[in-house]
Amino acid sequence: MTAAIRARALEKRYKDVHALRGIDLTVEQGEFFALLGPNGAGKTTFISILAGLARATAGRAEVMGHDVLDDYRAARRLLGVVPQELVFDPFFTVRETLRIQSGYYGLRHNDDWIDELLVHLGLEDQADTNMRRLSGGMKRRVLVAQALVHRPPVIVLDEPTAGVDVELRQSLWAFIRRLNREGHTILLTTHYLEEAEALCERVAMLKQGRIVALDHTARLLSCEAERRLELKLDPPYLPAQLRRWLIECRDGRYCLRLTDYAEIETVLASLRAAGIRVQDMTIAKADLEDVFLRVMAQQG
Amino acid sequence: MTGFTTLFHKELLRFWKVMLQTVAAPILTALLYLLIFSHVLEEHVQVYPGVSYTAFLMPGLIMMSVLQNAFANSSSSLIQSKITGNIVFVLLPPLSYVEFFLAYLLAAMVRGLVVGLGVGLVGLVFTDLTLVHPLWMLAFALSASAVFGTIGILAGIWAEKFDHLAGIQNFLIVPLTFLSGVFYSIHSLPPFWQKVSHWNPVFYMIDGFRYGFFGQSDMPPGIGMAVVLPCVLVLTGITLLLLERGYKLRH
Ligand SMILES: Nc1ncnc2c1ncn2[C@@H]1O[C@H](COP(=O)(O)OP(=O)(O)OP(=O)(O)O)[C@@H](O)[C@H]1O
Ligand SMILES: [Mg+2]
Repeated sequence: MTAAIRARALEKRYKDVHALRGIDLTVEQGEFFALLGPNGAGKTTFISILAGLARATAGRAEVMGHDVLDDYRAARRLLGVVPQELVFDPFFTVRETLRIQSGYYGLRHNDDWIDELLVHLGLEDQADTNMRRLSGGMKRRVLVAQALVHRPPVIVLDEPTAGVDVELRQSLWAFIRRLNREGHTILLTTHYLEEAEALCERVAMLKQGRIVALDHTARLLSCEAERRLELKLDPPYLPAQLRRWLIECRDGRYCLRLTDYAEIETVLASLRAAGIRVQDMTIAKADLEDVFLRVMAQQG
Repeated sequence: MTGFTTLFHKELLRFWKVMLQTVAAPILTALLYLLIFSHVLEEHVQVYPGVSYTAFLMPGLIMMSVLQNAFANSSSSLIQSKITGNIVFVLLPPLSYVEFFLAYLLAAMVRGLVVGLGVGLVGLVFTDLTLVHPLWMLAFALSASAVFGTIGILAGIWAEKFDHLAGIQNFLIVPLTFLSGVFYSIHSLPPFWQKVSHWNPVFYMIDGFRYGFFGQSDMPPGIGMAVVLPCVLVLTGITLLLLERGYKLRH
């Protein structure tokens, strides 16, 4: 099967910035994929090259097997991009905007799908409102709708939930999940790592234009050996032999770093021996944020 | 094809929705020129036998409005889209660079011609106009608006801020149009300035356009067309080349 997205040795230099330093990445059809990385890592640059908004300095990129330069019309027809920047055309209403965007993709009678998009994105009541008069979050919803007017098999969302309220985040993800179940490939960038963890099967982490981690989300999490144990103690005192595991003590809660659940036994035994009672205990597994921070710290 | 017609239609809507600024205002400006210059010069200047100065002035003013508005439409639309960022909406879809070019160009021509027509119709209140060779008139209106629509596209692509555009407007477009015989026949100029005028393509546009109305002009219209058409072709070629390469649009 052709890959939904394929990048080979992709390089991008701006005048004085080396934004991408050899990206090799394949996203298969039907995947829900996260591209993560700190500010300036090159996520938007990568997406811009896929979308034809920027040109690679070297290397190739393909969307559904179509080169983004040589075969740009096919590549662009198969791709829907929600840009990171909140942009809009102040001359038009929401519906006009979506009709015009459909027209650019050669779709004349697209109102049924436009109506569906408006409903799923909670924009029914704004359909005839001028873009200028929408709130920021509403404008972002329209951006999402614009990216989907032509039902692209590959959907790229560059921080779609920045500045969006909880309710829309939920409904947006429900909608995107549905599209993914129906076979659309999703590539997502976000700084909310819990979103990526909940949604994406696979994750690539980008740092200074290089991929520094690329794996299934589950595997990244399980490799993260660290587990955390949080304890509220009575009396609030941690025996000396447990101190080497201590990460921090905040609001009377001790946070310990364990490498194995079996160590919980040891901790509890030490506490019992010292006559300290456990008032409250939580065990936290590493989340994607921990993985992310470790990976970023490791890579110089 | 739908992609092109949509972009074309969108560009038309863009100026039509604010027609007070984009159509009515330039008509008013031209009208003020007409009133003032004809009031001052009507008694003193006669360029062609049997043609009053006010009548002589009309085609020049119409053409000046056509050119300036064709330029303004494509250049301001592009710079606005670039600065606000909504240019991505036309860069993301599978529009070819030829469709992109034609849509912006034709919309610019329509705006120029609509304003020109408006100036002409309002001008009829003040003077009678003959139309001896309507086809020449049309040929020059179309080719000249194409030249300035294309220059507008080039300027819009090149400019990074409104200042750049204002620079082109003030140092290129306005001088070219004013020093082209809108208000006078270049035969009334000293020989040196006559020679200079012959290097200004806008002179041929206005002169040929005028020929369409009066059947009289400084140069034969065929020569004028032989200057203007190559301008259209060369500018189109340059613009298409830049668009194909994504110059300043696709980084
Ligand atoms: N048009 C441009 N001209 C010059 N440099 C650029 C341009 N666009 C991006 N860069 C630089 O390229 C690098 C990567 O930027 P990019 O926008 O891809 O980062 P990002 O991962 O999307 O970051 P963020 O999370 O902040 O959106 C940055 O150093 C940025 O300054
Ligand atoms: Mg970004």
